[in-house]
Amino acid sequence: HRNLNGAGQFFSSGHTNNWAVLVCTSRFWFNYRHVANTLSVYRSVKRLGIPDSHIVLMLADDMACNHRNPKPATVFSHKNMELNVYGDDVEVDYRGYEVTVENFLRVLTGRLPPSTPRSKRLLSDDRSNILIYLTGHGGNGFLKFQDSEEISNVELADAFEQMWQKRRYNELLFIIDTCQGASMYERFYSPNLMALASSQVGEDSLSHQPDLAIGVHLMDRYTFYLLEFLEDIHPASKTNMNDLFKVCPKSQCVSTPGHRTDLFLRDPGSVLITDFFGSVRKIEITMETINLTDPIKQMEEK
Amino acid sequence: FYLYIGAEERRWEASQVGDVDPGMSVAPPHPHTNTDSFQEELVVRPLHSGDIYASFQFRTVWEADFSRGNKVSHYQLFPKSLGQVISKFSVRELHISFTQGYWRTMQWGQPFLPSPPGAELWVWFQDSVTDVDGTWKELTNVLSGIFCASLNFIDSTNTVQPSAAFKPLGVGNVTDHRFLRYATLPREIVCTENLTPWKKLLPCGSKAGLAVLLKSEKLFHSSFHSQAVHIRPICQDQRCKSTSLELRQTLNAVFDLHTSGQAKREWSLFKMFSRTLTEACPLASSSKIYIDITDNSQGEQFELSPASSLLSQAVVLGDRRTFSVYDLTDQATFGSTRSLNLLIRDMLRPLLHAERYVAGYGLQTGEIHTVMYNHHPYRSFPVLLLDSVPWYLRLYIHTLTVTSKGKENKPSYIHYQPSKDRLRPHLLEMLVQLPPNSATEVTVEFERALLKWTEYTPDPNHGFYVGSSVISSLVPSTVATNTSITQEQPLFSSFFPCKEELSYFVRVYTEPLLVNLPTPDFSMPYNVICLTCTVVAVGYGSLYNLLTRSFQIEEPSPGLAKRIANVIRRMRGVPPL
Repeated sequence: HRNLNGAGQFFSSGHTNNWAVLVCTSRFWFNYRHVANTLSVYRSVKRLGIPDSHIVLMLADDMACNHRNPKPATVFSHKNMELNVYGDDVEVDYRGYEVTVENFLRVLTGRLPPSTPRSKRLLSDDRSNILIYLTGHGGNGFLKFQDSEEISNVELADAFEQMWQKRRYNELLFIIDTCQGASMYERFYSPNLMALASSQVGEDSLSHQPDLAIGVHLMDRYTFYLLEFLEDIHPASKTNMNDLFKVCPKSQCVSTPGHRTDLFLRDPGSVLITDFFGSVRKIEITMETINLTDPIKQMEEK
Repeated sequence: FYLYIGAEERRWEASQVGDVDPGMSVAPPHPHTNTDSFQEELVVRPLHSGDIYASFQFRTVWEADFSRGNKVSHYQLFPKSLGQVISKFSVRELHISFTQGYWRTMQWGQPFLPSPPGAELWVWFQDSVTDVDGTWKELTNVLSGIFCASLNFIDSTNTVQPSAAFKPLGVGNVTDHRFLRYATLPREIVCTENLTPWKKLLPCGSKAGLAVLLKSEKLFHSSFHSQAVHIRPICQDQRCKSTSLELRQTLNAVFDLHTSGQAKREWSLFKMFSRTLTEACPLASSSKIYIDITDNSQGEQFELSPASSLLSQAVVLGDRRTFSVYDLTDQATFGSTRSLNLLIRDMLRPLLHAERYVAGYGLQTGEIHTVMYNHHPYRSFPVLLLDSVPWYLRLYIHTLTVTSKGKENKPSYIHYQPSKDRLRPHLLEMLVQLPPNSATEVTVEFERALLKWTEYTPDPNHGFYVGSSVISSLVPSTVATNTSITQEQPLFSSFFPCKEELSYFVRVYTEPLLVNLPTPDFSMPYNVICLTCTVVAVGYGSLYNLLTRSFQIEEPSPGLAKRIANVIRRMRGVPPL
């Protein structure tokens, strides 16, 4: 069992696998930027090594093949249209009407009907580091799902506590890019949670810039600069969480990003970015020689 | 290999014509061994309107027989994910398609493999299955994970058991329609996340062979795009003592002349797919491209580059067409190319097509009109119409009328299953005889239901979809069709089995309908609560005050002079004024 006192910070992260749950909660064409936000985090996470089988991607609406998209099967992050964050090899696990508060909480807590396929489940264990990214329209203490329902910060905190009780995570990083996003992590009380938000209570998160050809805003500021930051990360980089907290200062973001680390046992300066965004396996190299047993001989037919 | 059909005018040299084999120019299959076989083909057909129709078919034949409960653990070319699904759920036949766009029959002719807009899934289970509904539910969930689609929304409210319209397309005796399930999701979107797992089912993936052409940016920038997976049992040989399992993956796309940004009718593989071919799939026993050159046989300006010496004729959809064949397994095909043009003149007018629309006004009642056109000048033929309408449109079957040329046309077979609220949809199957050269109209009135407030989608003002009607028929043809089941044929002409020589099977899908249901004002509960609380607070508060407030008489405060006098009096010990 983990050592929960101050000496815990001297232990390096004991995770063996990485998971990511990336959710876009907004519907309708003018919320193109929320889908672009989620897809850019998806792209970074895949690039750094987390496979599709360990990513649960939830997109509440389809922007790439939307009839209003002048460039079908693409979602761009910037109006120079260099980076198609949708890509060629994307696997969306929950899409359209399936993105509801109930499904999101069921994925987190693992209480899914028995016939749910594996790609729609979060099969994490007590040695998993999970990255959870939410984006959409939010307010003080809630996040709106598809214009018809919302999830409150109390529900979210309770879901994380359920995950802790069921030993479904080792460490969890929660990032939220909505208006008044810091209110969503105010109520957390389970250990080993680190949270980042794009704006404080009372502030709005703003979008980056519109593209006149596509006709909508392409991305939100916080995630735009987060993507820029993550593009410089590669699987062997040693950048730590303190650099992540500096992403998008007030001069670029107009809102003040916030973070919360009091529930986290390790010092953020010792936590690598790739602990959550990448899937770095710990390999132990041994110089011993191991004798293999004799191969099993086939039984001769009599 | 770069195939360019370009703009210059050159004569088509008749001397280049090689074997015009009325049957096949396909190599005979491998002698029967215990291995899987894989074939791929692409058919390109220029359409009358200047658009171009490309149809890919990938066929894997697996020597496995599940009907006797055999277990399989070795997978060679057949994808393991589908093999496990078939054995676990005792599936005999499975047909699933994802389509974006609507096939315009009158402008484009008949497709080789029809499909309705959205997602369509129909499955024949083995007769050993005891709980078909439970197995169906689990199967749809598993398929939604494999194809990244919301197939888990298929439940009893949109599943029907057609009794006549969807007979098995493979071999077998079972025709008890209790083992058949059919469902459509007309709202389903098709995008790259559905194409990616579909490509992964191919033996060569998208790395070699014809599948390298399947890039999403070009494929989804088209007027019509449909990908499908068809699994069915087929006979291994002429005597049909044992069956093997055939998997056909098909992809149909129609590229629009104008949106692809060109004024001249010039098409090339690069313009359609932004890729060229470099090799055939090494695991394929046959890899061919067929270009439809029937309209060039009169010698119009026509250039196909590089020219091919192989020609083939095939009877497909009642029409004998000539194709120029390129065999990708032959290394000589990949040479340098010239350019050529293609002019399209005439096309066999499709004999059967259908339309559907909603008539009426307001949000209470309406009428569904289905119109079926028979363009044959003197022959009439029967069609089977299948309609599956969700429960929230309450059909009044006593208002069902079928009229042709102004007179009533009584169907010879009607199978109607009424709906149950929130449990199952309406199912209407009718066998209607279409008189020659006529339009037959089927009308039925309906009433819209008011849903419970939790049953509305997050965007109820978009409307609710009603799946396409399916019209299946054996249409008479002037050209004899090849009815042999095992003789090697190109894939595009051998999908639907045909028992008679003088007719061919056609399935036509109508448009899906988009119907508005009466939508409540969802802000009303909030408004009512605010108003009621305000009224109660103001009313109760006032009443409470009136009843319990007691009044006391209060002296007005004295003026300044009197107050000073009172202070002096108090100092003197005298009572105040």
